Amino acid sequence: MSSCCQCGNVVPDPRQQQLAEVFKKYAGQKGALIPVLQGAQDIYSYLPAEVLKQIADALNLPFSKVYGVVTFYAQFHLKPRGRNIVRVCLGTACHVRGGAKIFETIRNELQIGDGETTADLRYTLESVACIGACGLAPVIMVNADTHGRLTPDKLKAILAQYE
Amino acid sequence: MSKVDKILICGGTGCISSGSGKLVNGLRAALAGAGLEIPVVLTGCHGFCEQGPLVIMEPQGVFYRRVQVEDAEEIIAKHIKGGEVVERLLYTEPTTGEAALTYKDVQFYAKQQRMVLKNCGHIDPENIQEYIAAGGYEGLAKVLKTMNGDQVVEEVKKSGLRGRGGGGFPTGIKWQSTRQAEGTKKYVVCNADEGDPGAFMDRSVLEGDPHAVIEGMLICGYAIGADEGYVYVRAEYPLAIKRLSIAIAQAEEAGYLGENIRGSGFNFRLKIKAGAGAFVCGEETALLNSIEGERGMPRPRPPFPAFKGLWQKPTTLNNVETFANVPVIFRNGADWYASLGTEKSKGTKVFALTGKVNNTGLAEVPMGITMRQIIFDIGGGIKDGKKFKAVQIGGPSGGCLPEELLDLSIDYDSLTAAGAMMGSGGLVVMDETTCMVDLARFFLNFTQKESCGKCIPCREGTKRMLEILQRITDGKGQQSDIETLERLAKVIKSTSLCGLGQTAPNPVLATLRYFRHEYVAHIEEGKCPAGVCTALLSYFIEPETCKGCGLCAKNCPVGAITGVVKEPYTIDTAKCIKCGVCITKCKFGSVQRR
Amino acid sequence: MSQVTLTINGQKVTVPAGSTVLDAARLLGLEIPTLCYDPMLSKPGACRMCIVEIPGMRNLPASCVTPVAEGMVVETHSEAVVEARKTIIELLLANHPNDCLTCERSGDCKLQQYAYEYGVREVGIQGEFHQYEIDESNPYILRDMNKCILCGKCVRVCAEIKGENVIDFAYRGFNTKIAPALDTKLAESACVYCNNCVSVCPVGALVDRRLAGKGRTWEVEQEPIICTFCEAGCNFNLLKKDGKVVGVAAAKAAPGRPMCLKGRLGLELIHNPNAAPAYLKKDGEFVEVPWAEALGLEGILAKLLEKGQKAE
Ligand SMILES: Cc1cc2nc3c(=O)[nH]c(=O)nc-3n(C[C@H](O)[C@H](O)[C@H](O)COP(=O)(O)O)c2cc1C
Ligand code: SF4
Ligand code: SF4
Ligand code: SF4
Ligand code: FES
Repeated sequence: MSSCCQCGNVVPDPRQQQLAEVFKKYAGQKGALIPVLQGAQDIYSYLPAEVLKQIADALNLPFSKVYGVVTFYAQFHLKPRGRNIVRVCLGTACHVRGGAKIFETIRNELQIGDGETTADLRYTLESVACIGACGLAPVIMVNADTHGRLTPDKLKAILAQYE
Repeated sequence: MSKVDKILICGGTGCISSGSGKLVNGLRAALAGAGLEIPVVLTGCHGFCEQGPLVIMEPQGVFYRRVQVEDAEEIIAKHIKGGEVVERLLYTEPTTGEAALTYKDVQFYAKQQRMVLKNCGHIDPENIQEYIAAGGYEGLAKVLKTMNGDQVVEEVKKSGLRGRGGGGFPTGIKWQSTRQAEGTKKYVVCNADEGDPGAFMDRSVLEGDPHAVIEGMLICGYAIGADEGYVYVRAEYPLAIKRLSIAIAQAEEAGYLGENIRGSGFNFRLKIKAGAGAFVCGEETALLNSIEGERGMPRPRPPFPAFKGLWQKPTTLNNVETFANVPVIFRNGADWYASLGTEKSKGTKVFALTGKVNNTGLAEVPMGITMRQIIFDIGGGIKDGKKFKAVQIGGPSGGCLPEELLDLSIDYDSLTAAGAMMGSGGLVVMDETTCMVDLARFFLNFTQKESCGKCIPCREGTKRMLEILQRITDGKGQQSDIETLERLAKVIKSTSLCGLGQTAPNPVLATLRYFRHEYVAHIEEGKCPAGVCTALLSYFIEPETCKGCGLCAKNCPVGAITGVVKEPYTIDTAKCIKCGVCITKCKFGSVQRR
Repeated sequence: MSQVTLTINGQKVTVPAGSTVLDAARLLGLEIPTLCYDPMLSKPGACRMCIVEIPGMRNLPASCVTPVAEGMVVETHSEAVVEARKTIIELLLANHPNDCLTCERSGDCKLQQYAYEYGVREVGIQGEFHQYEIDESNPYILRDMNKCILCGKCVRVCAEIKGENVIDFAYRGFNTKIAPALDTKLAESACVYCNNCVSVCPVGALVDRRLAGKGRTWEVEQEPIICTFCEAGCNFNLLKKDGKVVGVAAAKAAPGRPMCLKGRLGLELIHNPNAAPAYLKKDGEFVEVPWAEALGLEGILAKLLEKGQKAE
């Protein structure tokens, strides 16, 4: 296992155990990198550098390649994220129904840009291209909840629901 | 009214986000409380997402829309016990103002020809028996018992089926190449990446009728001699992944997947791969790289996947809807199938109708019908009585069609000729309030963000096109901009490695072709005719008509409006983010945009 | 193997089936510009400089990955092709530092060469360009990713020849960049400074620091030399100015073998009277080391000494 444990943890980390399970599940499978990264991100909620190194070692892949794959896909995150993920849909249907204004308003409200997290780790703001709920455009998702048929004035109240 | 024997509630992503999950639980509890034993089935997507949550009372098919959990008691008391329709939950036709009683009365459905979507919303997608009862796996049984691989390929060729994922490549020929390709190990891959923002038919099929896709892939596997398949589903579709996993498990248990399927000696296993958020992975070779655990960068073709695909083995790759058409062909025969549609485009196509149209949702229609029929007959016309301006077809790879082309009979070839593209079948309707330059900028922003970065024309070129479009919408356009856009577009189209780059300039070229005057207005007159490009307009309050009610100020999300009650309010243009809420709130029409 | 005959720029040529259009054109002595193609490496078909026109094909295909076909007709310099190449060069220049005056590779740079050949003097497109920090973290390679054109040769050589996989593509789209794991400086990576990547880079993005300032390509004479440190025999160039060796450049690995730092330093020690000191990474820092240590001769020396002592 990796030697680069800068965190100095002595107590066995339960997340390490879960990660070992993920490795076991995909051991010997072809093309396992992406599902393993997804599994690891489910455990850690982002992909810390040490975990990436562990994954490279466990799958016997070049570390540079693991980094290349992680930075290619929008789903993977290298930095800790907020407790609440606010996803604003900027897909075509939402765009023609005013999605950009929704995004602007939230950006103003939270004072963070696309992909950024508020200092108190309360919110992470992300723009996404279509969440497949075009019928309800414009929509945002906060965590697993979809809020549709929005107008800018509704946003403050919606955001306030999430601690 | 006949007795209710089953209640169908739409459990598609759209309806779930509108509250159908709560509704199911609430209704079940209320039924139990009333001592009624009526099954409540959570189905797949009905494709009329805007009106969700949707409820259908079987067997009659009474159709309720926007039903909330609070309505459960009334439905039980009035409809189930009292035998009366709950009028206020019926759907009203936007064109005639009449209420539609049953599913079949709703024009949105009546004008469609649902073949691929037939089961969606009518069976429980988590129960294989319902699929079988609806004729499912009959096609496969016929194939396994009576046909060999060559005959299957011939049948698909005869049906005239073309790929529904974008290019419209003849499916039979693709299967034949893979069948004839050298090698013993072959793969079937289903492209469920559905990245086109504004398309959701593949999601609906997977959520509503996953076995149809499995059956299609099985028939393909048998035809080409593959024993393994993958479905690559975009990560943003968790419900589709869940339903598909359940379907695979049930198919395995029922002996439709695994070893020696139905005693035929044919083996086939199916796996799901979840995407990780990259539009370019919808491109077939990028998708294969992604399954292999690589960056989703396209490979040069040739070699085509039919010869060197997944792990360099011969691979047939088709779209979800393409596979979902296959069981229909084998159940009803290729000749019957080929009788639908136009000469070169057979069968039906599912369109995702969104944007400024009254009925947004999924519309399955025979190839060859006109855009007017889709938008006005099925879509119920333009929202809020506005004027139709254009419809974008084919998403970021496609183009827009103006009003003059509303009567064009649509199939693969007519669309390409008109500078658009069938693409996935996303239709985004735009009215007079949509700025076409801004729309082109929107699509370029998308493709630019999603470019994999491998080849120079796409990586560097789309960036420059976007910068120019941004400049124009910011009111800083230059005389030479249109020419530069056209020059870049030409080179990016003709030299890019993959379809993403080759089609990325299409939205710009199409808007330049049909709406060039809007570009000119931005550049030369500093005006956005549609009133969208915020840099080119500002908001202000007419002091003459403002009554000083302060409603606008209360609703302004950034506090840009100030004033004293009963006196004219004013907007601080420096603070204003031009969101336009004030316009919609003012009852006196005093807020103006110029 | 069967043979295929095709026509390129009006000339007939017969090549083995499975050859590419580029192979066939080169056989005729026709010059097609390439940036990402390297006969030693796999072919990504990425740069699109090698596009040609083939009637019947929808777009302008890249000749380096297009297989020949019987009766094929190819134009390597048609109007459309030349215009497209010019635009591609222009796009590269729009995101490239205007630094030829001081660039180490001036005179030996493919971008410069093609801009000259195709007469791209003015870049009519302007916008955002990369502003990466230059990586001077180690004594052997200078990496200036602002100059990188993302041909990917360095990635492929490091993976396919060297088998080290120190670098790879990272990020995507306009932000695509060649980076070691975690996008660190090279000194923090597992790089072994074999300079294979430096030898294939077509532009000034990767530079041998030991050669920096030692002379432009037209000032120095290059003398090929084969390394004799091990039986592999990799290719290097002795760079000479006024008849004197001023440095040793990595040229090409021997078939099936990687080039190595040791070989390069060894050649320098033998041929360059003014060789700069050698450095090795110790505890994450580059420190000057005695030549014997740099060349890994310490063990041998010790053994020899030991033997000598025993003999006494
Ligand atoms: C950038 C890009 C994105 C694509 N996205 C999809 C997609 O989301 N779904 C899909 O089925 N095909 C997509 N395609 C088309 C596929 O490359 C491929 O042609 C198709 O899946 C083949 O299946 P079919 O013959 O059944 O249409 C995309 C192509 C490109 C170039
Ligand atoms: S066209 Fe764009 S997406 Fe396709 S390979 Fe080139 S850079 Fe990548
Ligand atoms: S010097 Fe050698 S090991 Fe280092 S990056 Fe270049 S090719 Fe790879
Ligand atoms: S550093 Fe050089 S070799 Fe590597 S990708 Fe960039 S230009 Fe190509
Ligand atoms: S040399 Fe052919 S694409 Fe780069």
